[in-house]
Amino acid sequence: MGRITLDKVSKRFGDVEVIPPLDLTIEDGEFTVFVGPSGCGKSTLLRLIAGLEDTTSGQIRIDSQDATHVPPAKRGLAMVFQSYALYPHMSVRKNIAFPMKMAGVPEDEQKRRIEAAANALNLTDYLDRRPGQLSGGQRQRVAIGRAIVREPSAFLFDEPLSNLDAALRVGMRLEISELHERLKTTMIYVTHDQVEAMTMADKIVVLQAGVIEQVGSPLELYHEPRNKFVAGFIGSPKMNFIEGAEAGKHGAHTIGIRPEHIAVSADEGPWSGAVSVSEHLGSDTFFHVHDTGLAETITVRADGEVGFRHGDRIRLTPRAELIHKFDENGLRIA
Amino acid sequence: MARAVTQQRKIINTVLAWGVGLLIFFPILWTILTSFKTEAQAISDPPVFLFFDWTLENYAVVQERSDYMRYLWNSVIIAGGSTVLGIIVAVPAAWSMAFVPSTRTKDILLWMLSTKMLPAVGVLYPIYLIFIKLGLLDSRTGLVIVLMLMNLPIIVWMLYTYFREIPGEILEAARMDGATLKEEILYVLTPMAVPGIASTLLLNFILAWNEAFWTLNLTAAKAAPLTAFIASYSSPEGLFYAKLSAASTMAIAPILILGWFSQKQLVSGLTFGAVK
Repeated sequence: MGRITLDKVSKRFGDVEVIPPLDLTIEDGEFTVFVGPSGCGKSTLLRLIAGLEDTTSGQIRIDSQDATHVPPAKRGLAMVFQSYALYPHMSVRKNIAFPMKMAGVPEDEQKRRIEAAANALNLTDYLDRRPGQLSGGQRQRVAIGRAIVREPSAFLFDEPLSNLDAALRVGMRLEISELHERLKTTMIYVTHDQVEAMTMADKIVVLQAGVIEQVGSPLELYHEPRNKFVAGFIGSPKMNFIEGAEAGKHGAHTIGIRPEHIAVSADEGPWSGAVSVSEHLGSDTFFHVHDTGLAETITVRADGEVGFRHGDRIRLTPRAELIHKFDENGLRIA
Repeated sequence: MARAVTQQRKIINTVLAWGVGLLIFFPILWTILTSFKTEAQAISDPPVFLFFDWTLENYAVVQERSDYMRYLWNSVIIAGGSTVLGIIVAVPAAWSMAFVPSTRTKDILLWMLSTKMLPAVGVLYPIYLIFIKLGLLDSRTGLVIVLMLMNLPIIVWMLYTYFREIPGEILEAARMDGATLKEEILYVLTPMAVPGIASTLLLNFILAWNEAFWTLNLTAAKAAPLTAFIASYSSPEGLFYAKLSAASTMAIAPILILGWFSQKQLVSGLTFGAVK
């Protein structure tokens, strides 16, 4: 079991309030992602749950037990760090065995769990190597192995993929998702990468300056962002924001339209502009359009190959039903 | 052209390094040479350098007159004991300064170092009195404690510097993995800091071995280490340079050999963190 509840939890470092009092519930078995720009407090929040930082006020409950002042070792949680944090002087086998050794798991049971974890993570051939002799991806798998064998009530991941190169990152992302499917254990995953958040999460928690901006499933956040911050943060490329007269027509202070919800054509459409940069990926084409009189740049994403080039005048048609409306405080207008 | 300059530089640097090295080593060399001279040759004017009648007589006399092994054993116990005790006290101190520093940590470190600026003789009187009270005069235990305290600031400083290089996340991982503070220090921190701890051990062993002020003032016969052994040849019977040199050579030989074999470790330890 691994239901984690934060009740008015806050954190100060000296005079700086990193996390104002905050409530959050993470259900058992859920894959929850904390996402936000760097410095938003997402890692601090994770470290509070882990017990590596003390809360300034509020209560943390794990399976309805008050864990606020329980030391990290006793919370039954396992953590995977950004730097992997493997023990450099121990072999892979000893690294994975370490938490079991601390917990006093019998030798043969240790052996069995190490074999199982090594099998699942493709580490069988590397068990006698030291972390220094492994690649980044293998090290991260060892770190995950070390977390699995504890059979924790929840896994905590602190930006585990940001030290890996792009190709490896996609692979590991899938492995972690599969691991979650298999174990059905609660996972809390911190990242600044909204693609990781969108692809892995059951539930995304968007944070800014220590404040939860919105909690919801990936598609909820995509379709119904509660405010401009979430709207701009979720989705790639970023949502276009337009203020002024055009927004006024929709009865809003600001309107937002995602790049993939704008159609391009040579001569038809209410908005017009000049292509500044066009990016041709084959599967998609991105246009950065200037001189629209609406915003500095409007980004448009078209399916497949669309042949406009730098300097071409084009016309744009936003899909009216997919326009997001926000008031002067940046909040969504229903 | 550039190559010629670097070549020239290299030669100058080499000559300079050898010059400074020999200058530093000269007193030791001279002591060793003198230990093989007769007393007359030892004080002859002009001094003789290599061409004299080599003799082992001084060693025989020194060996006969005093129990070298007892002094050696005292030195080993005192230097070894104070170093090991110092490490045991300093590891937790350095751990807390490196990994859970407070706003005053830097001040404490500086204050600890400042105690080394105090002339030792300034505290001789109180320490002497305390030693009388506690019955520690002329005991190895007393010297182990005093030398440990004298070297503690250096040990803490050195360990602190090494620990600072160890990523805190690894210790946090140990905490998450269920390690208690003791297990974290014993199984994770210490093995990772082995090179640093080794050179700290070594340097402090050498410092304690060579320490002369406290060892001479707080011992008489029972606990006297090799420093007292040397000193016993300097005053009571007038100056016998050759025998004094023989005693000195015997006293520094063990540490010289230890230093020679561990110089690589010692140099890498002392420059740790400086070159990175």
